[in-house]
This record gives sequence, C-alpha cells and structure tokens, in this order.
Amino acid sequence: MASTAARRHAPIYTGTRIPSPIPSVLKVDPALREDDDILEVNFGPNHPSTHGVLRLIVELNGERVEGVEAVIGYLHTGFEKNMEQKTWWKAITYPERIDYLSFQINELAFVLAIEKLLEVEPPAKATWMRTLLCELSRIHSHLIWLGTGALELGAISLLWYCFRERDAVLDLFELVTGVRMHTRYFQAGGLAEDIPPGFFTECRKFADMFPGRVDEYEALLDRQAIWLERTKGIGLLSAEDAIALGQSGPVLRASGVDWDLRKVEPYLAYDQVDFDVPVYFNGDVYDRYKVRMDEMRESTRIVQQCLDGMPEGPWIVDDRKIVLPPRHELHTSMESLIHHFKLVTEGYRVPVGEVYVAIESARGELGCYVVSDGGPKPWRVKFRAPSFVALEATATTVAGSLVADLIAILGSLDTVMGDCDR
Amino acid sequence: MTFADVPGFASASEERGETTVVVETARLREAAEYLRDERGFNFLADIAAADYLGWNERTVAGYWGHREGRDINRPGSWGLAKKPEPKAKRFSVSYHLVTVVSGARAAARVRLQVWCDDGEPVPSVVSVWPTADWHEREAYDLMGIEFEGHPSLKRILMDDDWEGHPLRKDYPIGGEPVRFSGAE
Repeated sequence: MASTAARRHAPIYTGTRIPSPIPSVLKVDPALREDDDILEVNFGPNHPSTHGVLRLIVELNGERVEGVEAVIGYLHTGFEKNMEQKTWWKAITYPERIDYLSFQINELAFVLAIEKLLEVEPPAKATWMRTLLCELSRIHSHLIWLGTGALELGAISLLWYCFRERDAVLDLFELVTGVRMHTRYFQAGGLAEDIPPGFFTECRKFADMFPGRVDEYEALLDRQAIWLERTKGIGLLSAEDAIALGQSGPVLRASGVDWDLRKVEPYLAYDQVDFDVPVYFNGDVYDRYKVRMDEMRESTRIVQQCLDGMPEGPWIVDDRKIVLPPRHELHTSMESLIHHFKLVTEGYRVPVGEVYVAIESARGELGCYVVSDGGPKPWRVKFRAPSFVALEATATTVAGSLVADLIAILGSLDTVMGDCDR
Repeated sequence: MTFADVPGFASASEERGETTVVVETARLREAAEYLRDERGFNFLADIAAADYLGWNERTVAGYWGHREGRDINRPGSWGLAKKPEPKAKRFSVSYHLVTVVSGARAAARVRLQVWCDDGEPVPSVVSVWPTADWHEREAYDLMGIEFEGHPSLKRILMDDDWEGHPLRKDYPIGGEPVRFSGAE
C-alpha cells in the first residue's frame, strides 16, 4: 500500500544533494569565495537552539548558508569506556544517560542485548510493561521536541503546554519506579519491581486525556501562518539521500520511506498490538513535525492496548544466577544470601559472544553492539546513536537555505547532544 | 542466505540469529559494493570497532586458593568461567548492514567484519555509504583504526590535539594529565 502511495508522490528532488567528497561538510563554491562576501559564523557551541552543545561553522553569503560543518564532541563523557569497567548490571544505569530524553528506550536496548547473550526470555508481564513504558518515553521525547522546536520558531506558548503533559508522563514514571528520569527499571530478565497498584488507573487517565491534547497542539500550529511559512518546503531530504545518509526514524518516514523497526523486526509486544506507521512524502520540516504528531497518537493507542492486555504473573524470571532473590528470603535462606552477595559483589557472567540489538527509539534506529568475553563485565559496548547519524544530514538539508531556517532544520532532525557525543 | 560469493570472503558464522561475514581487509570496499548493489544492503546502520588486546589472557576462575594464596590485587583476578577462543588480530571492525525497503515488513541484517592490527589500514567505505563518514572518524578517534581513502579522517569526539585513543584496552583508565589545572 505504502509503495503505491510513494509512486503517486513526485520525488522530493532528483539526483543527490549529499556534498562530495566529504558527505557531512558543505563547502563554499570557490567562485563565490572570490567575491569576498562570505562571512564565517560560529553557531554554538552554546546557543539555546542547539539542544545541547553543538557547534556549526556556518559560511554565509548574505542570509544564505553556503557552507556548513558540524563540530561535535563537547558532551563526550566516555560512557562506552565506563561501561567496560562496570559489572553488567551496574552498566545498565549508563545507557539511559546517553539519550536523556528517551531514557527507557536506551536502557531497553542494552538490557535486550544482555538477554540475547544470556538467552533469557523475560515473562510476559515484563515485556508488556516495557512496551508501555517505551511508548510513554517516546511521547515524552516527542513532547520536548515539539515544545522546544516550536519555541525556536517563536511559538512560545506551546512549550508550556508540552511541558505540562511531559510532567504528567514523568509523574507516571515516578509512580512506577520512584524516579522521574533515568529510572533504571529494566533488569536483565524482567523488571526491577512489580508494577505498583494505582498505576493503571493513573496511566489510563493520561491515555484518555492525551489524544485531545495532541489535537490542541496541532490546532495551535497548523492554523498559524508563521509556523506553516517557516516549516513547509524547508530542509529537504529525499528518500534516497536519507537512506544513503543512514537516517532513520521520523526523519526517514517524513521522506516517504515506510520503515519502522517496531513493524519490520518486532521486538517486545509490538507484534501483538495494533498501530500504524505514519509516513509523509515531502521530506521537509513540516512533514517531520507531522510524523511526530501522528506518532504521539499511535503511541497512545499502544499504551491503551498495553493497559488492556497487561498479563498477570511474575515481573522477572526466577533465575537466581542473574536475578536478585526476594528480599524476605535473605533472612531465612542461606542460599539466597549467597546468591545476593555474589550478584552484588561480582555480578553475573554473560556467555562469550557478540550481538547487535536494534530497536526503534524516538529518534530512529538505536543499536547496541555488545561483546562479552564470558566475564562479569562487558568487553565492549557500542551504541549506534540516532542523533549522531542525524547530524550527518545537516550539510545535505541546509544547503542553500536561509540562516534563520537553519534553526528550524536542525530542530527537525531532533538531535540530543548527549546521545550524539556519548 | 549464503555469503560465500562475497568478494574476499574469509568465513561466515551464524550465532544467536545474527550472521557475521568476515572478509579480507584489503578487499573490504569490493565486498561492500557487492553487498550494496547485488544484495540490497543499502543501509549502513553502524560501524563498531573493538579492541581484543588481552582477550583470553585471564586465567580460569576458581574459588580455592592454591599454595601461594590468592592474588586479590591482580587485575582481572576474578577470571573467566571458560577461556574464550583467541582472536586472529587485535582489532575487529564490524559493519552492521540492513536492507531498507519502503513498506517492507521484514529485513535482512548482516554483520560485515574485518580484522586488523595496530596501524594496519582498513579501506574506507564512505564512497559506498556516505553515512560511514562520521562512523569511521569515530572509530579512528576512539580506537585508532586507520581508514584508507577517507576524505577527511580527523578526530570527531575528542579534542583535535588529544593524544591516544581512549577506547583501546591499553589506554590508562586513571591518572591522565589534567589539561586545565590552576598551576599553568
């Protein structure tokens, strides 16, 4: 169906716009430089609209961007190196700090990688709860994107509305895990704790309320001439260029590619819930906005279905070699005490092997490559950060645009610098 | 799916549902072009380099002390339950490839892998998949892999004048010189 729809749409542009020979650097035409009119401007690293610390070296001809080079690494904190020094279960705290806006999805990627190496299957309740929390995480991430993205283009009021709903999501996280961000709720084998009573009613209240709120946001923006002027036809990226540049997630789907890892390679309970993949065909800032708006609605649908279909039963596997024994057993059972002590001091051992787990984060394909040498610590962890890849498309999308649109385009790629620099 | 006809094919293995195809380092670009053009692997998801220095050097784990007692201060004295297989060379570079087709509801994935020693060049695949640009710069920056034919191979995450490659196993974890101390 989607492929016929794609055929009906005219190509966004023909040929490729990826700069050559360096795909991520747009160089000023030497003939233009002769005119002596080129102004080199440092955009960032500290600028409110860079979503972190990104530096762009922009070369301007009047108001037009003729050259651009992204300089990253200001937020590099060596997560991957750190994780090699921690036991497997301590290392779970690190991934969520990498992409701090969709933290649970990042946590999930690493936990799924451990489970793939251990060949452990979490119980159904854990799988469904993970699905639910990941979708709430996606909503959380998109809300921040929408609020800040609209703010950058002058729609200040939207930020307050988005952060109101974001706070409601964080309240739900707090209700389940006790923490608002960086929850560390997923364990290898399941969840850290059982789902507390009261969560389902609160979550259902949110899920019932939220689609109406998305309609409100859309009403605020879609009937606003300034928003439409500043987003339509800007920051073009064709489907071929998007694939060549490794783009994924909403950026790829806004370029007319029907591609979602939740559908293509279903993990968790995504093959048991019903949802659509929003695809738009103009490849501009506006379509990326539309994809994310629709995704928030679809995520709410998934949340509703998770609430309806949440199975009963244990929340974590009963394997004392990888899972802490129940607290009350420590007082009566010597074996439990030994297991607890060994797990906390030494950690569990993960069989030798290398795996690559790819899941659909709020920003696209989030990959986690893990190598284990059979010991209690990971040998190598590497994250395929979607923000890192998204920034590679800067040079292609901003070519020839106005400097004011640069901010809109950069925002539409939805990069989180923590994720980019790791 | 068989990969024996990939140019420079060295070995293939299937583990935990993932296919790894190892090719000769010198013929990597040829293999990459073949996989993209003939097999439809149009999407390069990731390039991951790993350092295997010290791999399988630790001793087998044991809970009993021997005549000399247990050396608790030796790094890695926890040991391993079983020694892993030794690796052919020090570094591996893994290219995670996907077939992206709009509207598809299944995809093929393959891990294209090459092995190299310190300083041994690996052909760049920027001309095959433009997205490799930053991935290769990252592998160079953090792991010190030299990519031959990369249009602009320079550091990306660390400072331009940084010394060493932090993700290598022999990079010191503690005790680096402080760059901005008050004494200077």
